[in-house]
Amino acid sequence: MSAIAMHASDGLFDAPTSLLFAAVAVAGIGAAVLGARRDLDDRTAPLAGLVAAFVFAVQMLNFPVLPGVSGHLLGGALAAILAGPWVGALCVGIVLVVQALLFADGGLTALGANVTNMALLGTAAGYLVAVALRGLAVRSRAGLLGVAFTAALVNTVVAALGFVLEYAIGGQGAVSLGGLATALVGVHVLIGIGEGLITALTVGAVAAVRPDLVYLLRQRAATREAVA
Amino acid sequence: MTTVRRRGVWLFTGVALICLLLAGGVSYLADSAPDGLESVLDDGCTETGGELRGSCAGQHARDHALADSPLADYAVAGNDSLTGVAGVLGVLATLAVAGGLFRLLRRRAGKPAGPDG
Repeated sequence: MSAIAMHASDGLFDAPTSLLFAAVAVAGIGAAVLGARRDLDDRTAPLAGLVAAFVFAVQMLNFPVLPGVSGHLLGGALAAILAGPWVGALCVGIVLVVQALLFADGGLTALGANVTNMALLGTAAGYLVAVALRGLAVRSRAGLLGVAFTAALVNTVVAALGFVLEYAIGGQGAVSLGGLATALVGVHVLIGIGEGLITALTVGAVAAVRPDLVYLLRQRAATREAVA
Repeated sequence: MTTVRRRGVWLFTGVALICLLLAGGVSYLADSAPDGLESVLDDGCTETGGELRGSCAGQHARDHALADSPLADYAVAGNDSLTGVAGVLGVLATLAVAGGLFRLLRRRAGKPAGPDG
């Protein structure tokens, strides 16, 4: 089997847990739709579509992290830094739906869990880190790259922790939760380094060409205008 | 205005081409080893005849309900050498869905954001 991307499959979680996280995902995506309305206009909407397409494309590019183990971008922090947290969550959510429906990647019953981990939790965590460090990001190019890297690393690890939480609630295998958490977080720190490098590279490239299209940088200017 | 719009078109086209190039070409270089999640979930199990045996977190994982669909596993009708084609279709599908949704949600010029805006 080719192992491009690869999200949680059907059968990992029991039915109530799958339903619970389907409900969480629907609520979260619903909130993101409402929030995204404020951040999308004639200029940013087409580019936000491109952010989703870019996340899809880069998720296909599994990179090696350990012998026999690969990792791939999740993209939540990347999308949120470029397009804002609401649009960013929608970008990752759309990618997960396209992958599950067209490419049989990520189980249909696990879609809610996958959306919750990667589109909601990962994106929110990455964005919060980026906002907390915004002062560094606007100060210098190196600062922006460092913030993008850190936000993406946190995004990956939090998404893995989200999976552990879901598995703790309704996982269907006989394994120790502590062992699962340790192994999963360990490997996702390594994947997060890759995610951080890709995110820093991409955000740096966009900021070099069109800094006005980087949401994280734009917000500060908007806040300053509002204050002044 | 025209200059700004033209710049936007160039940017859109450039980034779209980068996405197509990544999914359609660079994807052939992707590492085919199981990813972090899969490798941790399968740790403790061995796969024999497509079935996981032993005890592991992923031991109850089932095949995807759409595993026989034309683009399953980023191949075309099971043909891995067409991953690039599957990738290009995926980029176009994502762009269509996301672009369409974001277009519907956007604030129209000259109108304030609101239920009808």
